[in-house]
Amino acid sequence: MAPVPPADPTPSPLSAAKLPAPKPPWWRDRRVVPWVVQAVVGLLVLLLIAFLLGNLIRNLTAAGLLLSWRWLQQPAGFDISESVIPFNAQLPYWRALAAGLVNTIRAVLVGLVGATLLGTLVGMASFSHNGLLRRLARVYVEVVRNIPLLLQLVFWYFVVFLTLPNGLAAIQLPGVVLAKSGLYIAGFGEGLRWMGPTLVNGVWQAPVRLSVEFGALLTGLIVYSGAFIAEVVRGGIAAVPKGQWEAASSLGLSWFATLRRIVLPQSLRVIVPGLNTQYISLAKNSSLAVAVGYTDLYSVAETTLNQTGRAVEVILVLLAAYLTLDLLISALMNGLNRLVQIRER
Amino acid sequence: MSRAGLLGLALVGALVGCAAGNGDPGSPTMAKIRDRGRLVCAVDGAVPGFSTVGPGGAFVGIDADFCRAVAAAVLGDPTKVEFRPVTAGERFVALSSGEVDLLSISSTHTLSRDAPGGNALSFGPVFFYDGQGVMVPKASGIRRLRQLAGKPICVESGTNTELNLADRMRELGVAYQPLRFQSGEQAYPAYEQGRCAAITSDSSLLAAKRSGFKDPAAHGLLPELLSKEPSAKVTVQADPAWADAVRWVSHTLLQAEESGFTQANVEARRAAAKKDTSQAEQRRFLGIEGDFGRQLGLPADFTLQVVKAVGNYGELFERHLGPATPLGLERGLNRLWSRGGLHIAPPFR
Repeated sequence: MAPVPPADPTPSPLSAAKLPAPKPPWWRDRRVVPWVVQAVVGLLVLLLIAFLLGNLIRNLTAAGLLLSWRWLQQPAGFDISESVIPFNAQLPYWRALAAGLVNTIRAVLVGLVGATLLGTLVGMASFSHNGLLRRLARVYVEVVRNIPLLLQLVFWYFVVFLTLPNGLAAIQLPGVVLAKSGLYIAGFGEGLRWMGPTLVNGVWQAPVRLSVEFGALLTGLIVYSGAFIAEVVRGGIAAVPKGQWEAASSLGLSWFATLRRIVLPQSLRVIVPGLNTQYISLAKNSSLAVAVGYTDLYSVAETTLNQTGRAVEVILVLLAAYLTLDLLISALMNGLNRLVQIRER
Repeated sequence: MSRAGLLGLALVGALVGCAAGNGDPGSPTMAKIRDRGRLVCAVDGAVPGFSTVGPGGAFVGIDADFCRAVAAAVLGDPTKVEFRPVTAGERFVALSSGEVDLLSISSTHTLSRDAPGGNALSFGPVFFYDGQGVMVPKASGIRRLRQLAGKPICVESGTNTELNLADRMRELGVAYQPLRFQSGEQAYPAYEQGRCAAITSDSSLLAAKRSGFKDPAAHGLLPELLSKEPSAKVTVQADPAWADAVRWVSHTLLQAEESGFTQANVEARRAAAKKDTSQAEQRRFLGIEGDFGRQLGLPADFTLQVVKAVGNYGELFERHLGPATPLGLERGLNRLWSRGGLHIAPPFR
């Protein structure tokens, strides 16, 4: 038996480290695999997009409908009764779409402010010492957020606003008239003369007029989004440690002062990101305006689509408009979020 | 493959193509309908007399029956229809996207809807001659269009009515407030609740909707008509063979009335014509002579199937719209040409 050569008793760790590690095959290499996976996924996504686009273009060509934007310059031919920017039927389609967009923005802006106020108040009320107020807040949130918005809009419009009295029977207060056709408020009319609401030929007229369609949409949006915002605010307040309440109370601050000076400012960090989502939902939900006869962007786009037959182009315009609006809201809210976060000093 | 081989293949292909063109018109829509065994037909679904859901849950009305007539012609069975209620705003998209095979909704034939550079739709012969009217509450004292100055007028958005109203009011130099609703389901209740001083649409639709009001007698139509609204059945331009088949189903209903074929007598009349070779015109119309059905890609007896399923145009009108119905419409322009109306079917030859 040949003598076994003595093995190296203590292999130095240094020398082992110097040994070149066996190179794994490329499909098990951590530096290669992620790249390959990403490339494959990327390629698949590109192929899918190419397939969809190709399909669109092929079918549109077959139907003789290649993308064209000339219709934007043609006269719209339909009227819009409630427009912030001047509009009549002879103006081109793009002006009609712009009027619709302005109407959408108007509803969204007022809706955002209203829903935030309502939501904050209800969110605060759910921490009230008054049991009735607390329970009312719960009932409001649970009822409103569990009923589809479309139903609520139809309810506000047909059951609440359209049952208002009309003509001379309208609700008349000094300078303000609430009728079936809308809310009329005194203001400076032609020639900067102060004018109150007047009944002309059976129709109310006043310098400031808000239609019941706008009112129904706004009420629906504010009440609906308000419920969700109330929950966001409640969550934000609950996230502030109880010790803050106790410390404030030991300093002799009242419930409201504690909430306003100490708790709410701290809860903003939690509230703002949640608000962002609610604001974006509100902007998108505003397109349900068609159900209550308010002429918003979606409503104008639908008519445009039907009259011109340019379905793809009109839908592209709609997509771009709502996307821009939502991204804008998101960007503003992200900016606000950076302001309210804790800054290390 | 060699170049010669390719050329040969192309030649064979061309020949096969020619053969197909000569015989079966090869409509992709009809092939699709036969494959799935039913016709997908778009109706409004909320206009009494034209298409509504009846007490038994089935769609009733003249538009719904036209769908059944087409199903009878293509599939030989009037029950093989899938009704798809769509709004005025959605109807053309539903059709162009292939979601439905046929629009059986009051759709006015206009240039831009017909033109390849517009909506690129294919319109059948006029199915119903109508005009745009204006309905007002009788108590309002409004008798002329001009009296609507400054007042709110309800209108369905995305319709011709909306454009006609704008045109006519501009002509009159009258300012008004259009209240645009996405569908009749919102526009008519809003009008009935008094939100608008008037509502405008095709006169027949106004009469149809009025029949469903709480107090139909309290509403009247102004004497003025805003437009002519010849409405027709619509298919897509991309399938001309299918458009032809639908067109001739429409003609069949008129020709049957002219020749005196009714739902009750058509079988007996056909049996008689089969024996009597002297009835040349009847024999051609009923598919005993000639191959008109095959030329359209339909069964030879499609006219028989149509009349057996729904009756002739006159019967349809009396059943759904005529004086005996809640709508109580007069035939008027919708009489046959031989009786002083505008409906005429081209010769079946």
